[in-house]
Amino acid sequence: MNTNFLLCGVGGQGTVLASRLISTAAMARGLDVHSAETIGMAQRGGSVVSHVRIGDAVFSPLIPCGGADVIIAFEPAEAVRCLPYLKKEGVIAVSTKVVQPTTASLTGKVFESEPMLDYLKQHAKKVIVIDTDALCKKMGSSKIANTLLLGAVLTVSESSLSYDDLEGAIKQLVKPKFVDLNIKAIKAGQAAAR
Amino acid sequence: MRQMVMGNEAIALGALQAGVNVVTGYPGTPSTEILENCAKCRNETGVYVEWSINEKAAVEVAAGASYSGARTLVTMKQVGLNVASDPVMCLSYVGIKGGMVIVVADDPGPISSQTEQDTRTFGGYSKLPVFDPSSPEEAYAMMIEAFDYSEKYNTPVIVRPTTRVCHAYASMDIPELPKAHKYDGFVKDTQRWVIFPRTSYANHKRIFERNTTILPDDFSKSKYNFYRKLSLGDKTGKVMETPRRGIITGGISYAYICEALSMLTSAANKTNSRTDLKSVNPVLLLKVGTPYPFPEKQAVQFLKEVDEVIAIEELDPVLEQELIFVCGKYHLSTKIFGKLSGDVQCAGENTVESVKTVLNKYLKLSGEGVSASEAECSTEHNALDSDKPDLPNRPPVLCAGCPHRASFYAVKQAMKGKKTVFAGDIGCYTLGNAAPLDMTDTCLCMGADITMAQGFYHVDPERHCFSFIGDSTFFASGITGVVNAVYNQSKQTICILDNSTTAMTGHQPHPGTGVTMMGDVVNKVSITKILEAVGVTPVITIDPMDLDASVMAVKAADKADGVSAIVFKSPCIYVASKLGYEAKKSFAVDQSKCIGCKKCITELGCPAIVFKNGKAFIESSQCVGCSICAQVCPVNAIQRQA
Repeated sequence: MNTNFLLCGVGGQGTVLASRLISTAAMARGLDVHSAETIGMAQRGGSVVSHVRIGDAVFSPLIPCGGADVIIAFEPAEAVRCLPYLKKEGVIAVSTKVVQPTTASLTGKVFESEPMLDYLKQHAKKVIVIDTDALCKKMGSSKIANTLLLGAVLTVSESSLSYDDLEGAIKQLVKPKFVDLNIKAIKAGQAAAR
Repeated sequence: MRQMVMGNEAIALGALQAGVNVVTGYPGTPSTEILENCAKCRNETGVYVEWSINEKAAVEVAAGASYSGARTLVTMKQVGLNVASDPVMCLSYVGIKGGMVIVVADDPGPISSQTEQDTRTFGGYSKLPVFDPSSPEEAYAMMIEAFDYSEKYNTPVIVRPTTRVCHAYASMDIPELPKAHKYDGFVKDTQRWVIFPRTSYANHKRIFERNTTILPDDFSKSKYNFYRKLSLGDKTGKVMETPRRGIITGGISYAYICEALSMLTSAANKTNSRTDLKSVNPVLLLKVGTPYPFPEKQAVQFLKEVDEVIAIEELDPVLEQELIFVCGKYHLSTKIFGKLSGDVQCAGENTVESVKTVLNKYLKLSGEGVSASEAECSTEHNALDSDKPDLPNRPPVLCAGCPHRASFYAVKQAMKGKKTVFAGDIGCYTLGNAAPLDMTDTCLCMGADITMAQGFYHVDPERHCFSFIGDSTFFASGITGVVNAVYNQSKQTICILDNSTTAMTGHQPHPGTGVTMMGDVVNKVSITKILEAVGVTPVITIDPMDLDASVMAVKAADKADGVSAIVFKSPCIYVASKLGYEAKKSFAVDQSKCIGCKKCITELGCPAIVFKNGKAFIESSQCVGCSICAQVCPVNAIQRQA
């Protein structure tokens, strides 16, 4: 059986580190991992997607439409954009924080999170909404939205991630002085999702 | 050790595993990380690594090393091969001594490139063998083999990954790296190393024989070219019914086909579980890992076992045309479908979905149950679309605080109302074309800004001609253009957007940064001195973050009779702290002073500024304190935060 994670957001939000944490956690269990990242011009404020595919029955590094067990969305509009990737019985963990595009500032159109979240709830079986902004403020760091969301998906069986493996991955990949903060964020994400 | 390896890292590790001695290249998405990963291992292996000033220089440096018996790797993106093609074409005739592998990364889509050119076709043109990996794992193994082929056949070898292989990651077991290859040094031999018409004639005959008989036979036995029977729903493996169908593919499309076929098979199994399995035929899949020279013998064998074949590949119909050629040569009646028959998209990337759609039609699976899930999937998506909220477009933009925004704005202000042309170039600053700056009228290829501005001037001397070029691009291919413009008496203002790095590809060092890939701190090559030496006057260096001074500098330079230049010097926001610049406090809009005129938004298009409740608002998490919006605000409502 494969487990497919799709992570989406806007360039610079930290999707790459989150996907590496998932890969490292899965490899700690001896599983095969394939993944793919958005690199290059699109990183400059564009939509970015990371694909992480765990298991041995994987050919393409990209998840096919309708193939993601879990979508981790750092931005609600990007979650809507990536929804066709979700399996029928898949789970979405989504941040409430909208990133306004420069084009929206020019046209005066402001995007709100509510219609995005409503749409997700109507079309996905399970949606975990995390107010990452509030939790980041509470914990005093703007850089932990990614680990908050990872904590949230730990609570669902579809992710087949274990807390211990994820903690091990953080210790392996995150700079020592930020390890404790990110482990706390995992726990806060778990608590917020429950 | 088992590790998560990026495709480009796998390519680097393959080369290091083959004992590569010298690695050269020029940055370009999607190839950049290959050389960077080689550099990481320079201490343990003893490899020499450099960012050359461009791809032509990279190939020539590698050629000298290779003539000395060293194993060499050159890395570039597909358009870089255009720059390098002069030495590459000649090297093909001369040959090499130490194995030489040229990795050229193609970019179907294109995702970050000007063209969708196909380096496999360059193999035939330049007479160089081409390997085409379909995964990071295969890329690693092919690199090792490519060095052996290079030495066995005395020729540079091209390895051509595409973006989705370069940027894919796989968990791989990588053995410990050996020390770099031992070599005996250069031995003088003018017959061999000096290219002359008569030696090229003799070499042409030798290469022709190699590429038309020896290598195709060798490649027909290669493990990278194989075909196998795939059953769709039929587990008995019985003889295929008519028509017997085949698929030919290579590169990442192979992975998409395997994925699509496994999805179609499980769908067929579900639908046909209680009905007749005979309704779905097995299919023969030929995967080609060496598109040039084409493994002809194997293809003939394959073609004899099928009545029709579909070619699924990206970029040019290379495999499709090879099969058509083989059918003609051997009088085979196998029908060939693909891009040329209109059955496969002729441009852009393939995806699992696009391949699935093509296969569904080709294998005539519709009406046999498999299409049910497809149809269901598409209705599901249509249902999704009807009440879907509007989604924001997110075209790539200059970062908040990017010094290029300030430079472009200064030129725009200084030249307001004048008849102008703004010739742009390749780099982050190509994004200066976007609204509201709208400051890039042309962009063609690396280095074309200065030379094109010259062309605009000669046919329209009244026009104020400006060229925009980054510091790395200036070294790569701008300097010859400056000499040409000065020598040929043109008039233009060259704007050097010097942000002290190669930003778009991920902040590589270049001659102006004073750092090399070997970790040495060296003298910085001065752009200003080069311009002055060539005869550009005046050459004005200015900090673009001082808007008024920049506008005055542009006006002064524009008044010059010949070629003038402004060096807009301010570091990329991503390297500023590394260069020792202190982080600046962010700005905020005083909501009581803001009159809601939106000038900061409509003039600059900075992603940190949004319009909320009739007032401008700065996202402090994005603002890096560049101050340009504060300089633009007509009522002084934008202030640096305490």
